[in-house]
Amino acid sequence: MSQRVVVNPIACEAHGMCAELLPERIALDDWGYPIVDGRPLSADLIEHAQRAAEACPTFALLLQADGAPIRASAGASRPAPPTVRNVRRRPEPVVRRQTRQGRRR
Amino acid sequence: MSATIAATLPRLLLGIDPQSALSLQDHLAVHGPMPGRQTGARRRFGRRSDLGGGLVDELERAGLRGRGGASFPTATKLRAAMAAGGRPIVVVNATEGEPASMKDRLLLQSLPHLVLDGAVLVAQALGAREAIVCVCETNADLPSVQHAISERRALEEGVQLRFSVVPNGYVTGQESALVQHLSGGPALPRFTPPMPFERGVHGRPTLVGNAETLAHVALIARNGAEWYRQLGISSQPGSTLVTLSGPLAHPGVYEIEHGASLSSLLDAAGGLSATVRAVLIGGYAGTWIDARATHALAISDEHLAPFGASVGAGVIALLSADACPVAETARLMRWLADQSAGQCGPCVNGLHAIASTFALLATGTAGDGAAQNIARLISLTRGRGACRHPDGAVRLVESAAQVFGEELADHARHGSCTGCGRTAELPLPAWSDVAREDRARRTRGMARGSSKLRASAGA
Repeated sequence: MSQRVVVNPIACEAHGMCAELLPERIALDDWGYPIVDGRPLSADLIEHAQRAAEACPTFALLLQADGAPIRASAGASRPAPPTVRNVRRRPEPVVRRQTRQGRRR
Repeated sequence: MSATIAATLPRLLLGIDPQSALSLQDHLAVHGPMPGRQTGARRRFGRRSDLGGGLVDELERAGLRGRGGASFPTATKLRAAMAAGGRPIVVVNATEGEPASMKDRLLLQSLPHLVLDGAVLVAQALGAREAIVCVCETNADLPSVQHAISERRALEEGVQLRFSVVPNGYVTGQESALVQHLSGGPALPRFTPPMPFERGVHGRPTLVGNAETLAHVALIARNGAEWYRQLGISSQPGSTLVTLSGPLAHPGVYEIEHGASLSSLLDAAGGLSATVRAVLIGGYAGTWIDARATHALAISDEHLAPFGASVGAGVIALLSADACPVAETARLMRWLADQSAGQCGPCVNGLHAIASTFALLATGTAGDGAAQNIARLISLTRGRGACRHPDGAVRLVESAAQVFGEELADHARHGSCTGCGRTAELPLPAWSDVAREDRARRTRGMARGSSKLRASAGA
């Protein structure tokens, strides 16, 4: 089942996170708003797309499964599969512990 | 306003009295009683699809499409509302935000029962108990609608009719904006899906129908799909209302069959009183067509497609050769940019940039590459709003670039022409100034560099 990225232009506030995290599919226009390439995502891009959607401060970036309706209400549509959560959460505490140790020294 | 009845074709406009609204009694005398009323039948929630199937099938056979501008198949919309869960609501869209269009106002003013018939029939078919008639603030003073609603109480149709006033604006009558307004929110378009017929007013499936579309429903339900298809062309059957304006003896609302020639319509309107440079078709966010191409032009989506135009909301505005098409387009584009709901960045910024560049071009101060810049901005803006407003606005400028290439080049070189100073031929509504202030308030902080993160970083 293929997925594509969709942007809710009403929710979007041009923070530009998505273009940083998914430059393969998202460029920014003159005013910083995303220009989204709506072609289906290849397997190697899905994880990046999920991360970009999670990083959007206004939940304006949505992942749409082929044929499935987009859940439009902000927040409820946030795609957050467990694998992505693990990827995001595990490394962070490690980094923090290291810095704290560094400070103690 | 002048309401003229095409002699060959009084369908919707049959029996119209330009002076006063047709009473319920007179309306029923002209068109016959309401059809298909299941007297005594219990309109039960779970069985509504059995009840409405007949009407929907008939509308599908007739090939009726929406007359608010989008030309969406009415039967498809009805089926979707039936399939969605919950008791549906019917909304009559007579907001008519299109400044050059007067057909919906004419219907409500003179033939309110034709529109209400359609609303009640659709509501009965869907099992809806409520139908809301929406008009814009400008038309809020129409006593004909209120009176017609009170006249119908005696019929006991099982559908409660309500009247709702929607703020003036080009996009406030957009389907999802109406739904959001009726749910207690602002009258601004929202992100779709879900479409209003899936989740609309208060989360219920909502059938939003243009006033003229519902008037056609009232006639198709009475006379059948075959009758409806006797007029028009196979790709677009039936008749339609158009609002004709320009240097004519009798501008106004006309009923024509789809595929009728523009010249026959102009003859019906008393002929031209001045030379025409171009015709604006569909609406203000419509398409310019060169007058030299209009002698054989027919009014239907099929015939207009080669010009990139469509019948849209039925606006046919003739621009005289004395007027400056560049100045007129610049003014309309500025107005359309101001009419953005101010919600989507590409629409707010893109339309504003296009309008500004086009205005500079019109005064000859844009410098080199302005035309290319406009073309680039158009491609940046198209298709990137939550509603279709930016798409329509860029269509106007794009068609102007094609049709008025000579005049544009002339303005870019020499600045304003003698026609630029003339009184505008395409009128803008009086409420525009208020709307502009409103928009400025809403869009504050949408320009580049003002998003919340950047603002906090700078603070």
